[in-house]
Amino acid sequence: MDLDLDAATIAFRDEARDWLRSNLPDRRLASFDTAEGFAEHREWEARLADARWSVVSWPSEFGGRDASLLEWVLFEEEYYAAGAPLRVNQNGIFMLAPTLFSHGTEEQQRRILPKMARSEEVWAQAWSEPEAGSDIAALRSTATRTEGGWLLNGQKTWSSRAAFADHAFGLFRSDPASTRHKGLTYFMADLRADGVTVRPIPQLDGEPGFAEIFFDDVFVSDVDVIGAVGEGWKVAMTTANNERGLSLRSPGRFLAAADRLVDEWSRHGRPREFADRVADAWIGARAYQLYTFGTVTRLAEGGQLGPESSVNKLFWSHLDVALHETALDLLGPESEVDDWSGGWLFSLAGPIYGGTDQIQRTTVAERLLGLPRGDR
Amino acid sequence: MRFTLSQEQLDFAASIDACLTDTGPKGLAELGVPALLVPERFDGLGAEPIDLVVAFDQLGYHAVPGPWVDTVAVLPALLDDEILAGVAAGETLASIVYRPHVPYALDADNAEAKLFVDGDDLRTFTAGRLLSSVDKARRLFEAEPGEVIGKAADAARAFELGALATTAQLLGLGRWLLDNSVAYAKQRKQYGREIGQYQAIKHLLADVVTRLELAKPLLYAAALSLRPRDVSAAKVAVADAAYSAARTGLQVHGAIGYTAEHPLGARLTKARALITAWGTQGFHRTRVLESL
Ligand SMILES: Cc1cc2nc3c(=O)[nH]c(=O)nc-3n(C[C@H](O)[C@H](O)[C@H](O)COP(=O)(O)OP(=O)(O)OC[C@H]3O[C@@H](n4cnc5c(N)ncnc54)[C@H](O)[C@@H]3O)c2cc1C
Repeated sequence: MDLDLDAATIAFRDEARDWLRSNLPDRRLASFDTAEGFAEHREWEARLADARWSVVSWPSEFGGRDASLLEWVLFEEEYYAAGAPLRVNQNGIFMLAPTLFSHGTEEQQRRILPKMARSEEVWAQAWSEPEAGSDIAALRSTATRTEGGWLLNGQKTWSSRAAFADHAFGLFRSDPASTRHKGLTYFMADLRADGVTVRPIPQLDGEPGFAEIFFDDVFVSDVDVIGAVGEGWKVAMTTANNERGLSLRSPGRFLAAADRLVDEWSRHGRPREFADRVADAWIGARAYQLYTFGTVTRLAEGGQLGPESSVNKLFWSHLDVALHETALDLLGPESEVDDWSGGWLFSLAGPIYGGTDQIQRTTVAERLLGLPRGDR
Repeated sequence: MRFTLSQEQLDFAASIDACLTDTGPKGLAELGVPALLVPERFDGLGAEPIDLVVAFDQLGYHAVPGPWVDTVAVLPALLDDEILAGVAAGETLASIVYRPHVPYALDADNAEAKLFVDGDDLRTFTAGRLLSSVDKARRLFEAEPGEVIGKAADAARAFELGALATTAQLLGLGRWLLDNSVAYAKQRKQYGREIGQYQAIKHLLADVVTRLELAKPLLYAAALSLRPRDVSAAKVAVADAAYSAARTGLQVHGAIGYTAEHPLGARLTKARALITAWGTQGFHRTRVLESL
């Protein structure tokens, strides 16, 4: 067991660090939940892509660097430490792309991935429905066979950045007689197609951070089905494990935030009153980083992501909230008007999206600890 | 000893509640809310801090925006002046800066009385830039202190009353968050049943009601004595309880609670802003310890 990096990995990390240092936008981009900020973020993504830093772990034929998982994690650490912009296409890059790598056709990969890598096409995740939140298998949106493809009908909701995105991916009930996990098919759809209506929904900060999407006889071609018809649930589970497990919340994010918290604490004269909480935040971020190194090693040696994804998610969602709460308490009344309060609001969504904490705890208890299954 | 609200106080709370439900803050002056602490010689009610708590609990429950703490709770302890007659009539608003606990001025652009408390001195201030608060309903301005205009009647008492009224607002916010989360848990179905049937949800809500119920007596005791230790103990416990009500409320509602279209968010962000207003948790904890 060791934590030493080999020379090639160090060189990769240093190259990323140098590039970020000299290419970061010289001012903070506007929020990607505004039309203006969304456009600025697309420009930034194109710049990242030009230097092949937008999707480092992908094969080079799609715009990546064939980087190993470890290199990817280190890149993310550099990215967050540099204070680089949030990734506007993260649902595409970190959720749809892994799904396409495991279940997509070659045609789909060629058609979709290069444009995703440059954020020429930004993707929204259209999973949740008004009645299907935690219980995603209760979804009601339908897909009906028609010539050369399918007609989609129904309503999706809480779709992040769908107000500005180009395409969406999600499950539809393709077998009308089916219930729950059976008879679902995984589709990709153009959000500008006839019959699609997107209604932006303002989030707590007032910006349209997510949207509902209405499908009214929207035609999608057969080539936009991912995996086999009726096998959508299985395909979706790959995506879900990715969301919870590794990709969405790289340890770099929490390490960078913990470092900022330590700086803030120092700036306030290192008050003893907050010492324990600041130390705990840093220790938590470090624990999360090391845990991720363990996961990376296991995956590199052929392992799979399983229910420990839920352990991971529980840990980071708590860490993120605690870290931000500590910052606000430390800042005192100034926190009311400080950027940290925006970060705090965002941290509060962590225990909800990607499977709520309550659902994750049940998964951990039943699937990892083998406790008896309760009613659900 | 009779440590519970009187029938009159309960009726007062009920009439504020009804007024805010039906007509919004407009009717509050008629009920005498702004006049509560104004002395009778300025046409006020000369009421007790416990009545203030009853009223601010309702203001918090209904998330009423505006400089109510400044105007109704704090100003009458700072001044002994005709301007209080305007407050009692519901015509005059105050905006008060009390550093370091209240660094920015709420609704300074609408306030007739703009006061900067500097020890025992009172200064005017000039309002500067409008800042963006985590609570979108709080319009905060930077404040540049000006000339000394006189001595505060009782600056220390003004602070205790500011903290007390803020604490009462937090209690009301917490109660609303609990009530509405309980109602939602009884109605929202996932996996074929009301989410309130899941023990995970039951336990979260049970913890909130426990915290709120045990914080409330501290608030009432603080209103009776207005002693710094009692006010601080109340602020710490109520703010923690209200915050747990906010966190739990958001968690129980899921994504619908995360929208600006749902009333939960405004309570959540207001709770966060009030936790650090009129003394942080750290400040109040320290005051408790130093008094022991
Ligand atoms: C900021 C944000 C961004 C999002 N982005 C997207 C997106 O891009 N695409 C998308 O499709 N969705 C998105 N979502 C939606 C998210 O996936 C859902 O909010 C989540 O699945 C929970 O569903 P719900 O909100 O309907 O809550 P519900 O499922 O209604 O849950 C309400 C409460 O009940 C609890 N509960 C439910 N069932 C059980 C049970 N069996 N046992 C115990 N407790 C239970 C939950 O834990 C929660 O506390 C986003 C949400 C947020 C907040």
